[in-house]
Amino acid sequence: MIEPRAGEQPAGQARTTTAQAKVSVRDLNFFYGATQALFNISLQIAERRVMAFIGPSGCGKSTFLRTLNRMNDTIPGTRATGEVLLDGEDTYAPGLNVVNLRRRVGMVFQKSNPFPKSIFDNVAYGLRINRLTTNKTELQDRVQQALEDAAIWPEVKDRLKTSALGLSGGQQQRLCIARALAVRPEVLLMDEPASALDPIATQKIEELIVELKRQYTIVIVTHNMQQAARVSDVTAFFWLGKLVEVNATEKMFTNPNEKLTEDYITGRFG
Amino acid sequence: MERHRHLDYDLDNLRSRVLLLGGKTETALARAMSALVERDTAAAREVLRDDDQIDQLELEIDRLCIDVLALRQPAARDLRFVVSVAKVTPILERIADHACNIARAAIDLNDEPQLKPFAELPRMAAQASAMLRAALDAFTTSNAAEARAVILDDDEIDALYEHMFQTLIKLMTSDPATTGRGARLLLVAKHLERVGDYVTDICELTVYMAEAAFIKHSN
Repeated sequence: MIEPRAGEQPAGQARTTTAQAKVSVRDLNFFYGATQALFNISLQIAERRVMAFIGPSGCGKSTFLRTLNRMNDTIPGTRATGEVLLDGEDTYAPGLNVVNLRRRVGMVFQKSNPFPKSIFDNVAYGLRINRLTTNKTELQDRVQQALEDAAIWPEVKDRLKTSALGLSGGQQQRLCIARALAVRPEVLLMDEPASALDPIATQKIEELIVELKRQYTIVIVTHNMQQAARVSDVTAFFWLGKLVEVNATEKMFTNPNEKLTEDYITGRFG
Repeated sequence: MERHRHLDYDLDNLRSRVLLLGGKTETALARAMSALVERDTAAAREVLRDDDQIDQLELEIDRLCIDVLALRQPAARDLRFVVSVAKVTPILERIADHACNIARAAIDLNDEPQLKPFAELPRMAAQASAMLRAALDAFTTSNAAEARAVILDDDEIDALYEHMFQTLIKLMTSDPATTGRGARLLLVAKHLERVGDYVTDICELTVYMAEAAFIKHSN
């Protein structure tokens, strides 16, 4: 990096954050069988900020995202070394309650995956199986709150008992976000949440992300660099399973430190 | 990569258009000063006639910058280049406007007896032209060190202007019959001093483009 001279102001520093780290990752390595997918990843994810992961296909960004709530545990033959700390607590510690971890660190996937149930039952699902409400009124309130937080309440409030599968793609994705929010997670992981949506539905999701960061720590994987620039405070660039650079998003898109990052975001990669 | 090829083509096109605009601006300034010093009214009229080409080129570069931003969404050094071009273009157009004002002054002064040769004016003009040429070279090669060096040269133009100002005020005070011509020459000197300031702006943008550092207003 070219350091600014005395009296000069570097570009792209406006949203640099000093917020407290919600998630701290130290020397994380991840293996699919004998194949190593992540190499010595260390980074901190600030509380109530949006961090975007960018990088070419197969660079490990989605794999890394899934290490944050141990979703990779469901894949046979996988193995992780290193530390992932949530509020200082080791999420890979023996005996840790993974179900509870995934309640605290929720996830929204690339393709919306509503259950073949009613809109209400989709959002109520996590509350019911985790026994997070004590009566019907509380359940209804929590479902409504989650739908409001996901900015879909006005569109579904009059048809809560109808099938979620009747919603549009964008509505289904926001319903899945509501389902994730209903159990009141602390961190929300989003794996290309708008990649299958049209521009209007994408804009709604992006506006929602900016709104949600008031309450949640959000990590988003995206192939759309303009989307990363629009919604995130901090951007991390991955390449071949390695973390090349983490920086304030403005800095990343106007003057990245690493040539590899610059080549990627200017389309001169490879 | 398709996007890469389109973007590179557009950036090369922008670069060549800015070079063309810079060249026309340099020529306009040099011809305007020559028209004044050599008392060549025909040359002054050519400067005014050719200014329309510079205006059209400015509009063309404006449109190209907007197209590149909208269609190619450049980032990092490409983004800094396009933004800098968009900001340098109106600066060059304004320098050309100053050249036109000098040409108009030359046309007026050439109809009157020559006041007296002022050595500072050709020196100011030579300095402004040299600075402009060096600044454009630095801009097109993204050379921040060269741009920083050019900025320092503006002090000499400011000093020459100050000397010219004092000399002309004294002349006009001692001989009121020279006031009209003296005032026009003073305006010419002011135009050249402003050109020096605009060249400084171009150099500051060059530093931003090359290093992503804002040096404007940093003394």
